[in-house]
Amino acid sequence: MAECHPVGFQWVTEAKLRGARVIHVDPRFTRTTAQADRHIPIRVGSDIALLGALINHVLSNELWFKDYVLHYTNATTVVSDDFVDTEELDGLFSGWNDETRSYDMSSWAYAERDDLPEEAVDGDSGDDEVDAPDPVDESGHLMSETSRADTQGSGGPPLEHARIKKDPTLQNPRCVLNILRRHYARYTPEMVERVCGISQEDFAYLADSIVQNSGRDRTTAFCYAVGWTQHSDGAQMIRTSTILQLLMGNIGRPGSGVMALRGHASIQGSTDIPTLYNLLPGYLPMPLAGSSDTLAQYVDNIASTKQKGYWANADTYAVSLLKAWWGEKATAENDWGFAYIPRLTGAHGTYQTVMAMLEDKVAGYFVLGQNPAVGSAHSRMQRRGLAHLKWLVVRDLQMIETASFWKDSPEIETGELRTEDIATEVFFLPAANHAEKSGTFTQTQRLLQWRHKAVSPPGDCMSELQFFYLLGQKIRERLAGSPLERDQGLLDLTWDYPLDEEGEVDPEAVLKEINGYQLTGPKAGRLLSSYTEMKADGSTSGGCWIYTGVYADGINMSARRTPHGGDQPLEHEWGWAWPADRRILYNRASADPDGKPWSERKKLVWWDEDAKRWTGDDVPDFPVGTRPDYVAPDTAGGPEALSGTDPFIMQADGLGWLYAPRGMVDGPMPTHYEPAESPVVNPVYGVQASPTRKTFRRQDNLFAASGNEPGAEVFPFVFTTYRLTEHHTAGGMSRWLPYLSELQPEMFCEVSPELANLRGLENGGWATLVSPRAVIEARVLVTPRMRPLVADGRTVHQIGLPYHWAVGGRAIVTGDSANDLLGVVLDPNVNIQEAKAAACDIRPGRRPQGAARLEMLAEYQGRAGLTVETSQEAPERLEPARGPQPAEQVEEEA
Amino acid sequence: MINVLEAIRQWGPGSRTWWQNQLSGATDPITDAGWGEGHVRKGFFTDTSICIGCKACEVACKEWNRVPARTASEHGGQMLGSSYDNTGHLGADTWRHVAFIEQAPDQLVRARESGAALSKPVSLGMPTRRRADEQDAPSPPAGGVPHASMLATEPVGLPAVRWLMSSDVCKHCTHAGCLDVCPTGALFRTEFGTVVVQADVCNGCGYCVASCPFGVIGRREDGIVELAPAHDGKEAVTAKVLNGGVAQKCTLCYDRLVDGMTPACAQTCPTTSIKFGDHSDMVAKARERLAELHAQGHTEARLYGANPDDGVGGTGSVFLLMDDPEVYGLPPDPVVTTHDLPKMFTMAGIAGTAMLGVVLSMFVGHGRMQ
Repeated sequence: MAECHPVGFQWVTEAKLRGARVIHVDPRFTRTTAQADRHIPIRVGSDIALLGALINHVLSNELWFKDYVLHYTNATTVVSDDFVDTEELDGLFSGWNDETRSYDMSSWAYAERDDLPEEAVDGDSGDDEVDAPDPVDESGHLMSETSRADTQGSGGPPLEHARIKKDPTLQNPRCVLNILRRHYARYTPEMVERVCGISQEDFAYLADSIVQNSGRDRTTAFCYAVGWTQHSDGAQMIRTSTILQLLMGNIGRPGSGVMALRGHASIQGSTDIPTLYNLLPGYLPMPLAGSSDTLAQYVDNIASTKQKGYWANADTYAVSLLKAWWGEKATAENDWGFAYIPRLTGAHGTYQTVMAMLEDKVAGYFVLGQNPAVGSAHSRMQRRGLAHLKWLVVRDLQMIETASFWKDSPEIETGELRTEDIATEVFFLPAANHAEKSGTFTQTQRLLQWRHKAVSPPGDCMSELQFFYLLGQKIRERLAGSPLERDQGLLDLTWDYPLDEEGEVDPEAVLKEINGYQLTGPKAGRLLSSYTEMKADGSTSGGCWIYTGVYADGINMSARRTPHGGDQPLEHEWGWAWPADRRILYNRASADPDGKPWSERKKLVWWDEDAKRWTGDDVPDFPVGTRPDYVAPDTAGGPEALSGTDPFIMQADGLGWLYAPRGMVDGPMPTHYEPAESPVVNPVYGVQASPTRKTFRRQDNLFAASGNEPGAEVFPFVFTTYRLTEHHTAGGMSRWLPYLSELQPEMFCEVSPELANLRGLENGGWATLVSPRAVIEARVLVTPRMRPLVADGRTVHQIGLPYHWAVGGRAIVTGDSANDLLGVVLDPNVNIQEAKAAACDIRPGRRPQGAARLEMLAEYQGRAGLTVETSQEAPERLEPARGPQPAEQVEEEA
Repeated sequence: MINVLEAIRQWGPGSRTWWQNQLSGATDPITDAGWGEGHVRKGFFTDTSICIGCKACEVACKEWNRVPARTASEHGGQMLGSSYDNTGHLGADTWRHVAFIEQAPDQLVRARESGAALSKPVSLGMPTRRRADEQDAPSPPAGGVPHASMLATEPVGLPAVRWLMSSDVCKHCTHAGCLDVCPTGALFRTEFGTVVVQADVCNGCGYCVASCPFGVIGRREDGIVELAPAHDGKEAVTAKVLNGGVAQKCTLCYDRLVDGMTPACAQTCPTTSIKFGDHSDMVAKARERLAELHAQGHTEARLYGANPDDGVGGTGSVFLLMDDPEVYGLPPDPVVTTHDLPKMFTMAGIAGTAMLGVVLSMFVGHGRMQ
């Protein structure tokens, strides 16, 4: 956090000065570690084993927060008899299909009650994919598999049924808590030592710290960044911490939570109002071809109106969005213009798109504020893909490598690409920087902060807002009068924004459109105050329902800047947090089931019996008049179905999920698998790597063998990629600036003194790194901060690689790209790349130039006997069977 | 001569003579420089225990003061191989420098011992030249540490690696060697008690460079900097180096101070490792923090520059270090070049007298010969 979020780290510093204990679990010793009370080095990709053992620790020693867990989580919910755990199937859950390499999730469902009246039962909520034919998408993955994850929003997925069976006595062996106990029973401190290379003493320290710092009086927080997400099972790593935090009562309370640290100024904003292919604003899913033909079908797929909580009102959010986009042209007759929204036909993530480029299926590409030729995994594949485009638009502050790949990429030097053969027409358009445009940033805490323009952008530079406004105008002019049905959506868009004196779109008008208006009745034209005012009858608009209220009463709440946020404890007079300015989500959980604070020290929101409403230091994240002792009738749906003890108002059952009966395509409970490339044979289960991970069996995407498989010794070391404080991601905002460039002028690799000895590497000298995908060079930094770990009796050397540099372009400092080394293997839930754990070899000296560089790569691939099947089959069960091997043996091989 | 008379009044008969006091020991440099009443000495307190090594201070300093980047110079653009430090040292083009030191556990043990020894009986920064009359053993802070003690288990053992970071800067010494040797008067003592170069007065003689006991000041290379490289047939955009050929160092952002602003480095520091304020407050804060850390068992902490009786009369920039000064590349016992001037003057006088005697005796002898 100190390394990549130094400004945010001021709060950690302050907490530390006030006595907080900071524990840093990381394969590397970073600037954060330097400030931590203890560093717990972990083998990359083994986080679920550690977190699972913490879950086991609190369950088997009965250290969990009983009052919280029994009332606020699905601990007592009974799971269907059809569910079979990994414990019985050696690493697979029930429902596995070897052919499609995916799960049928129906056996993971909750058990059904049979004592409810028929009207409480909601037939088949959002289960259309099961009956629909199962086409294969462009990347060869089953649509049903990708679509489930791709179409889910921020709330829990709909349940198969509403007849939930519970056992408050926890006697039923099939209730969630007991299933959890059995699932994590094998995750012991000994197993942690074997899998993660973490000593039992360190584990005890970590476990004790969390346990002693949780409960009524105290709370513990987890902060994570892409060290958790960028794995083939990254979403499950975060799930594991969530389960632990729920068991300890650390969600919805001050100082608690699982905090995603965002890597850029408004990455949170770019998922709220998404630049993601699978989402619409406010985490509404992108409609899927074949199962969302009408708005009614689409809304049904999001949530059942019979389920609990605020996703049951998804129709009001969707119709208001359509009204914001198409205004008068969105009518009840045309299904509010729902047909104008394109439909997904599969996973259209970055990597699938680049592979489609290589097959000449993509004509044009917009690149805004990104440098995929450097910053994306397997950046070699990215650059080669760009060369297949007809046109490419790059908007950036500098002439980045993505814009100049056609003349100076490493592939030109090796002869793989020739400038004269590349037909891509590249348009480089200069962009305005953050000080040259107004608008909001939404940061890690969901806080929208307005930014005022300081100066006008120079020359032709312009903001994204202005660029897309003008582009839209030009396209609409070109299409005017078109009789084609496909053009009507563009022509019918509301595209009339007020312009300022410089002819630029007024960004506050856009924020107002996002906030939403009352469209009809006596209050027509009034800005909405809350998403609860939204209607599905076309009488309201709103471009992103979770942002509604940011312009309440006509005031730009995001521009509030009272020093220190005013007198209130949660600093409400600074900026505005979605939703409804709630600073802590699910804060009903900060009070006990009776509505009283768990403790004076940790009080936040409570039930005021006199006023008959929830009150406190934060805006209650709960129906404000629902009494703590209210029990909702079985027949209710939506917010009215929330009982007084259902704090998780976006979940279909109002509870925190220790077990996910739906939604995670790779299993209802997190399970340790090895990274796609790993020197270690999975010590926990027979299945080696995540069986559902998305693989791409291509000659340009080879993977090293794992464990003791033949050829694994050719790529014996693990590498992990990361950022440094001195640079920003792929370098577009730092490698062109002298004052930043001089601070870290050269690409380097961080190695332990042990590995340096083993391979003859010298501090300050050069090293060549070879993966199954690429050969790069880097300067060597030998440091005791990198330490070899012993996992399952084997010494694992980890190499650290910052990924900021690139060759070519006009940057002040250049160097080879770490991302060239990575392959493409994705988390099946969210299509994120495994960038934190991969295999390589390292040798002293500089790499060969030109064609010799490719020969070296081919020699390695041949020596390792790599084929497109290597480490890309699933589920793989590796030989020899599990068991420790002498550490020396491996070291000698290496 | 006003300050001289004041100094005589202040110290009176029996004390050190005024000229000794002027050249070393505790004093108020603002009054000494003749600024008169109503001025307060300003300074930094750099608490390295909470430095995260982000180098924002280096960048903010360069941005504000238009200090040239080193990427353009012949030594720029290369990794130093010295942990994450690619700045190397303070100089004309680096007015803030963040040091990174990687240590094994045995070095922490040694640092804890040396730090604890310093605090008994006194805890002043410099290991030598302590003021014998001052008792400064750290005591727990008034409010105590609120929550640390609430956890039962405390860290056991020592970390396998320690990574120290510290942002170094000009010390703005009470007795500044650079200022004392400057023949042109380009270096002067400001009303904030800081030491600043007037670039338009400096003749680039370089005497100050040799006289700084900390190696802070340097003479900036003259030349041309490239602002944008040549490309596609267009010529490179270049500019003449600002203040090339003259002595340059931290001004403690004199141009910001006169407008009541905080120096750029302190303003940008995200963790408040660099604090700025009245010098006396900075020293008090430093002592308070030292006591707090010692109470937590971090006896490796010690102050640097907080002792007015050290070889430079104490520094305007005070530091809390987590190891011996040498570890950070700081002199353990800095002495201003003028410190020994009175003694040298006396010695020179004695030598001169002696030589005169010899010469005279030679004449006498010669006379006898005749």
